[in-house]
Amino acid sequence: MRSSVIVFPGSNCDRDVAVALEKMQFKNQMVWHKETSLPKSDLIVIPGGFSYGDYLRSGAIAGKSLIVEEVIKAGKSGCLILGICNGFQILTETGLLKGTLLRNKNLKFINEDVNIKVMNNQTKFTSKYNLNQILKINIAHNEGNYFTDTKHLEKLKKDNLIAFKYCDENGSTNDQFNPNGALENIAGIFNEKKNILGMMPHPERMIDKVISNTDGVNLFSSLIN
Amino acid sequence: MDMKITDKIIEKHGLKIQEYNNIQKLLKRDPNFLELGIFSAMWNEHCSYKSSKIHLKKLPTKGKQVIQGPGENAGIIDIGDNDAIVFKIESHNHPSYIEPYQGAATGVGGILRDVFTMGARPIALLNSLHFGSPSHPKTKNLLNGVVSGIGGYGNCIGIPTVAGEIKFNDTYNENILVNAMAVGHAKKDKIFYSKAKGVNKAVVYVGSKTGRDGIHGASMASAEFDENSEEKKPTVQVGDPFTEKLLLEACLELMKDDSIIAIQDMGAAGLTSSSVEMASKGLLGIELDLDKVPCREENMTPYEMMLSESQERMLIILEDNKEESARKIFKKWDLDFVVIGKTTNSKNLTLKHNKEVVGEIPIEALASKAPLYDRKWKKKKLTKKNIELKKFKKLKIEDALIKILSSPNNSNKSWVTKQYDQMVMCDTVQRSGSDAAIIRIHNKDKAIAVTVDSSANYCKSDPITGGKQIVCENWRNLISVGAQPLAITNCLNFGNPENEEIMGEFAECLIGIKEACEFLNYPVVSGNVSFYNGTNKKNIYPTPVIGGVGLINTLSKPIDHNFKKINSIIILIGKTFGHLGQSCYLKENFKIEEGNPPEINLINEKNNGEAVLNLIHKNLVISAHDVSEGGLIVALSEMSIQSKIGVRIEKAKKLRNLTEFFFGEDQGRYVLEIDKKNLSKVEKILKNNDIFYENIGITQKTFFEIEGEVKIDTNDLFKKNNQWYNNF
Repeated sequence: MRSSVIVFPGSNCDRDVAVALEKMQFKNQMVWHKETSLPKSDLIVIPGGFSYGDYLRSGAIAGKSLIVEEVIKAGKSGCLILGICNGFQILTETGLLKGTLLRNKNLKFINEDVNIKVMNNQTKFTSKYNLNQILKINIAHNEGNYFTDTKHLEKLKKDNLIAFKYCDENGSTNDQFNPNGALENIAGIFNEKKNILGMMPHPERMIDKVISNTDGVNLFSSLIN
Repeated sequence: MDMKITDKIIEKHGLKIQEYNNIQKLLKRDPNFLELGIFSAMWNEHCSYKSSKIHLKKLPTKGKQVIQGPGENAGIIDIGDNDAIVFKIESHNHPSYIEPYQGAATGVGGILRDVFTMGARPIALLNSLHFGSPSHPKTKNLLNGVVSGIGGYGNCIGIPTVAGEIKFNDTYNENILVNAMAVGHAKKDKIFYSKAKGVNKAVVYVGSKTGRDGIHGASMASAEFDENSEEKKPTVQVGDPFTEKLLLEACLELMKDDSIIAIQDMGAAGLTSSSVEMASKGLLGIELDLDKVPCREENMTPYEMMLSESQERMLIILEDNKEESARKIFKKWDLDFVVIGKTTNSKNLTLKHNKEVVGEIPIEALASKAPLYDRKWKKKKLTKKNIELKKFKKLKIEDALIKILSSPNNSNKSWVTKQYDQMVMCDTVQRSGSDAAIIRIHNKDKAIAVTVDSSANYCKSDPITGGKQIVCENWRNLISVGAQPLAITNCLNFGNPENEEIMGEFAECLIGIKEACEFLNYPVVSGNVSFYNGTNKKNIYPTPVIGGVGLINTLSKPIDHNFKKINSIIILIGKTFGHLGQSCYLKENFKIEEGNPPEINLINEKNNGEAVLNLIHKNLVISAHDVSEGGLIVALSEMSIQSKIGVRIEKAKKLRNLTEFFFGEDQGRYVLEIDKKNLSKVEKILKNNDIFYENIGITQKTFFEIEGEVKIDTNDLFKKNNQWYNNF
């Protein structure tokens, strides 16, 4: 499997995700934002960080950059796209994913390990997980408070497009275990065709026992199959 | 038209008349206004170390592990296999008090540049923060601003903030301390220095444009505050972590080949100090064409350009024929890249503007001929008063413990550390909250441990002992996670050095630091002095901050201070005398700061530490914690709080006062959790090494218990330790 990691000025999880992809045997390439074409890829990853300093609005400027036009084309033609953290924010800016990420409800940056629940394991991103499996994954963001309109929310639920929800250690999703105020505890969503996943938690940070745990491994190993 | 230099202008530049006369002598004429500004920037305390140099020279700075000691942008140590660790701590106290967010943010930005200037990729950030009383009207705002500023910068640039300390004391009400430390990793054969070499080499300006921010920042840091301090807001620089990220990547990319002769970040005193330092180290001259300096604003004067402290800028001296390839890299990262001058053999700093020479100063007048003072100092009179417990109301041990654990100084700080990205770069093995953070060397099976410490109360009452104590505590914190301590950086925060008592605190703290560092083979490789911390003649407590780095050779199993399982044996290493002078017990329960700090016995300190490290390396220790503020009982409860595993401690045998035994702050002690099956092995090693130890109890389910005295559910302990901030 060939993967491409898009690098914007201000991306800072690009190396981390590249390490994870290579560890899972992806043939990975880093793609600079000024490029106008993408190398042949089965998976495109938009990493976390502060692309263009997150000036204007997080992900807003990156959403208009040269390479992103190519990413949009690839996404529309069915290429797998994974947006993590700032990558999720960028995907909502491009319109590939609907909804938006507002500031955390406590108005502070939050970095901690949180529990999330796998809501749909019938996708290319999550097939190695069990349905309702609880993962402990690190989050690190200022704007992770997912919001969308009622119509879209209904669609997300009806078409099973919610990928992950924040929950407690027993899988119960409630306000107390919603770190950033996200609508219905949503931590990640798919597009309609389920070839695009945007998520706030960082699976690339959870692939090594020495550092944390290995709860993120199955996301990458689902993709390699 | 040049401004006439009056006594008032000289004073405004923070120069004494005597110093001005020296300038006239060195130049053999009057300086013009621009030159006066440059002298003021180079001769102030912050850049010249004029009051501290004589004392700093006495510190041990050498050792087998040292690649570069003080005098460069940062210190460098060798951790084997061609890996080097580059690190330094620096203060940003004055700006942070005036504008907490930007002050703290640019403190982080500045220290990061010091590290990557040397060719290192930064891998960790730490900080030591001291605020006034939580009830002081400014504290909350300052605290929130500083924490967001530190987080805002580190999170954006993508370097994990992994450890630190936050303390509160009335002494910092009008003058907070914000010290930031950065740690980087470089290849030993790929280190870059600031010494210029060769004549007619291109001097290149890279990074952000120059604005009017931060003009005279270094002079501000060299004066006391007064009631007009808030008016100094325009002298605080504004940080842009996004640009710094670009600058970091561009510099590291350029450093891959051998284009760079010398490189220096523009920190305090901006373009002035960076150009002077490079020329001075290379015994060369430097000529700058100020028309070429990229400016953010129109009509900037040479004075403003030379003294601006705009952030995220570097000065590079390039090898011949490397200009185009270097320019390409900076263009890729959308950064300015302009040749603004050249090295010369004139040994002068020559400044041109509109084709005219507007300033010319011998480099040595700015550097080696800068003033040097052997200021008068007084020995601290130590109190002869011993603490007599019977004079105080008798407290239940449980109540006194809860009081300490729920106090601002000792309560859990995760409400702060949660605002810092601790995991980015994916090499953080141990995050904050333990004795030291552990950072893996990327792609390797080894790691470094890092920690920062200070003990202002101890230093205030006895600077020599206090100085020794912080070094020892820092050393112990590294030992407790299984690291071999290698070297330190220090940030010396003191009051007004022109006051003999304050200068005495400085001199004596340094005597203490020196003694401990020498004995423990724990050299000082970098640091920073911050004087004039105080307002209207009220000086802060002497607050030296020590940042330590240690090595963990194989990363099989990191150790932290959380209990791991029930029925383990708890061993206390080191002798307990029950010293309560300057203790947390008296401070938190009776609001009393009295007596002398605990004695430091360097021999015991070294022996105990080495024995503990040996036990950890032999995999005989399950968890470990050093005993410091609050004494044994606080150390034990900290081991219980996160793990929710309780303890049962036997009532101390023999005739001991329990308050003294549990709250005494005697030094050189550790608590170890040992598996029962290893007890005899552990005891044998301790006995063979003549280490004093006591077997004090076992771990158990649920309850934190001292026989007949204390019985608390660990969940309650956790709550008490976490409640303070919610009510703040």
